[in-house]
Amino acid sequence: MSDHSHDLPFWKKYIFSVDHKVIGIQYTITALLFLAFGFGLMLVMRYQLAYPNQPLPGVVASVLSEPVVGEVVINEATGETGKILTGDGYNAFGAMHGTIMVFLAIVPLAVGGFGNFVLPLQCGAPDMAFPRLNMASYWTYLPGGILMLFGFFVKGGAANNGWTSYPPLSIITPTLGQTIWLLGMVILITSSLLGSVNFIVTAVQLRVQGLSFFRLPFFVWAQLVTSFLLLLAFPPLEAAGLLQLMDRVAGTSFFDPGGLIISGVERNTAGGGSPLLWQHLFWFLAHPEVYVLILPGLGIIAEVIANNTRKPLWGYKSLVYSAIFLGFMSFIVWAHHMFMTGMGTTLSTFFQATTMIISVPSVIILTCLVISLWGAKIRFTTPMLFALSFLPMFAIGGLTGLPLGLTASDIHLHDTYYVIGHFHYVVAPGTIFAMFAGIYYWFPKASGRKMNEWLGRIHWLGSFIFINAVFMPFFFMGMAGVLRRQFDQTETLHGAAVQGLSVMATWGAIGLALSQLPFVINFFWSMFAGERVGANPWKATTLEWTAPSPPPHGNFDAVPVVARGPYEYSVPGEDEDFSMQATA
Amino acid sequence: MSATVIPYDVKPHPLTGMYNGKFGIWLFLASEIMLFGALFSTYVLLRVGAPEGTWPIAGAATTRGDEILNVALAALNTAFLITSSVTMVLAWANLKMMNFKKGQTMLLVTVLLASAFLVVKYFEYNAKFHHYAVTFNEHFEHEGVESNTFTATTPAGTTKTIHYLHGHVESTKKNAEGVIESYEFLPDAEHGHGDAATHKAVEIPASEIARITNYGPGGSTFLGCYFVITGLHGLHIIGGIVVMLYFLATGSKMWKTQPDKYANRIECTGLYWHFVDLVWIFLFPVLYLL
Repeated sequence: MSDHSHDLPFWKKYIFSVDHKVIGIQYTITALLFLAFGFGLMLVMRYQLAYPNQPLPGVVASVLSEPVVGEVVINEATGETGKILTGDGYNAFGAMHGTIMVFLAIVPLAVGGFGNFVLPLQCGAPDMAFPRLNMASYWTYLPGGILMLFGFFVKGGAANNGWTSYPPLSIITPTLGQTIWLLGMVILITSSLLGSVNFIVTAVQLRVQGLSFFRLPFFVWAQLVTSFLLLLAFPPLEAAGLLQLMDRVAGTSFFDPGGLIISGVERNTAGGGSPLLWQHLFWFLAHPEVYVLILPGLGIIAEVIANNTRKPLWGYKSLVYSAIFLGFMSFIVWAHHMFMTGMGTTLSTFFQATTMIISVPSVIILTCLVISLWGAKIRFTTPMLFALSFLPMFAIGGLTGLPLGLTASDIHLHDTYYVIGHFHYVVAPGTIFAMFAGIYYWFPKASGRKMNEWLGRIHWLGSFIFINAVFMPFFFMGMAGVLRRQFDQTETLHGAAVQGLSVMATWGAIGLALSQLPFVINFFWSMFAGERVGANPWKATTLEWTAPSPPPHGNFDAVPVVARGPYEYSVPGEDEDFSMQATA
Repeated sequence: MSATVIPYDVKPHPLTGMYNGKFGIWLFLASEIMLFGALFSTYVLLRVGAPEGTWPIAGAATTRGDEILNVALAALNTAFLITSSVTMVLAWANLKMMNFKKGQTMLLVTVLLASAFLVVKYFEYNAKFHHYAVTFNEHFEHEGVESNTFTATTPAGTTKTIHYLHGHVESTKKNAEGVIESYEFLPDAEHGHGDAATHKAVEIPASEIARITNYGPGGSTFLGCYFVITGLHGLHIIGGIVVMLYFLATGSKMWKTQPDKYANRIECTGLYWHFVDLVWIFLFPVLYLL
């Protein structure tokens, strides 16, 4: 059975593969590359923010001076001052940093990568329910991503209206970049649709005998809820993208109220549209998207914590019910992003109430994970270090969100660096740390080799210190009144007063970049020379550790039968401190 | 031949009562509902917020879509689609009764009805693209043709008087550089646009025109909604035709080895097809009648 995969030619085995594990790895590697690229864009922006209008360092300047890109991005200053990032370039980098990180890096990594690789294994399935659809999902994602990047090479540069693409600005920007952004989004949404249908059907229909819903690992539950969010929240953005595309190319006025005067000339449209409509449609996706970003991370953290505390997760059912409730509530909180639009106090009150309600399940999940640590003999492995640092940082990210969910405080904090600090704490030291935990945790399953522990710990320590150096200053800058998307904060007095914090964030980012070097070395070194391991190196309980490492095409040597819950660690009376779900 | 045999590929799962493909198509349709739901919501929001007298198009006597849309053609198309849903079910039912030939024939009839729908849609679209709305800088009167006026209230509360005519552009006169100097314009006799007695073409100099647009997507927000919703629905029809043609061409191969799986595929196609019909059933009254 396992020999079959070797019969396939190279391009069918590794390129156009229908094997969920290969597709998962394809997603992971592609998403990691996009993650690095999005991070690189941010480094250039942070340099400008720390040292406004100063020449970029030589290497960066020469890379960005390439003919097509440089035209927009680089300002050739006269004399000795050198090459400076332009305002347009900064805007394009900002918009693309957000887009790439959310839609091309984190979601594909968390769902496409981990979900694809782990979910069928944890369900005991031989593959996804629709293997070819799975392949189509990746091969829609990749062209969508490449199309997005292509925006940098067209005249006028990439989309530069922020990752939110608010009209009317986004419909009057004359460059091609925004149109490419919209086309790219439509393609990416199609990809995530194909993926989410597959995930739900797999998790519901392909569970092996004995694996009832409440025996599913929390990771599967997290992926299941995430898939429902992707399935139902993304289409309205697809619709909105389509409408904005029409506004840009077909002369419609869905988001154009009419009478817009641009450079002294009235825009020649029928008018009657509503810019606010875009915000509603956009945030109807983009708020559930927040939970798409965090839920798979929570799933990974739950797995890692259960495994390294050597005891069952505390409150497994509370975790599951909270995740489901979180998923449901995430559909009715979107307008808390829009308190400043003047939509009225009645609506604001409703959305403030739902926002406070949605914080309850988030807190339950975090509390369950923290209590799980209580009294445990913790193994401080690299994945566990990332998981442990995830907990307080996700808490910081979550708690700083509360003042943003109430109009009284949001009026002051809206569109400041405080918001940037808040959501980056959720996504960067939150989700990305969970992703790293997941990579260290499942690397042995994917490759049959363990990653180096010491390099892993150096990676963790550097990342942990520097990521806080990047994002902690943002809260103080925001409370000092520095606005997000600002090209040069020293132009304002209150901004100049806290410029030192911006410099700190920039050096934090450079330190964070350097801290990733041990990870890159570790990743490639371990792939070929890491310690060889058997099927279950972490002494874990869930089904993926029953399959060989790496699992062959078809996953399991014999179809497993499940007799236990997912986290039966240290069961009294058993010989070992872990009892696997599959009966031998 | 494959090492992986996916469970419940053909047999229904005891919990959900569905095989994988059927469950998958239902989930897909759920997401489709969100897609069209967002577009219908857009329609509602824009209609509610439209300044008086601008819906469905500037100067319309009522706010109903039939002011500018062709209800008779749409009714014909409704008949085509409903019939095609019936033939779709018959295709699946015949395959279930192991009657391959009749099943495929019904599938072919469905394709033909879907194509007929598209042909009618082509004529509808075409008429829109050849029908124009002109707004003038100020009151226009020439050769007995006079512009109509109405006062629109902008969202800011200010009022704006609009002088307009609707009709067909017969021909255009261009100067040496190819810039249009004037339009030979035939005003509509109905809806009070122009006078039936003096129903003849009139020359309108380009300098008098504030905006000239056909009844395409840019004509008004209503027309924008109309083209986006019916256009996306049309793409779904084309998608359905492609899938059905694929099964017509390749079905016999699968039928010989796995008749159950083939019937399942047609069932899934049918579910999708009924959804596409259902969208039209909503779309027809909302856009054409209300």
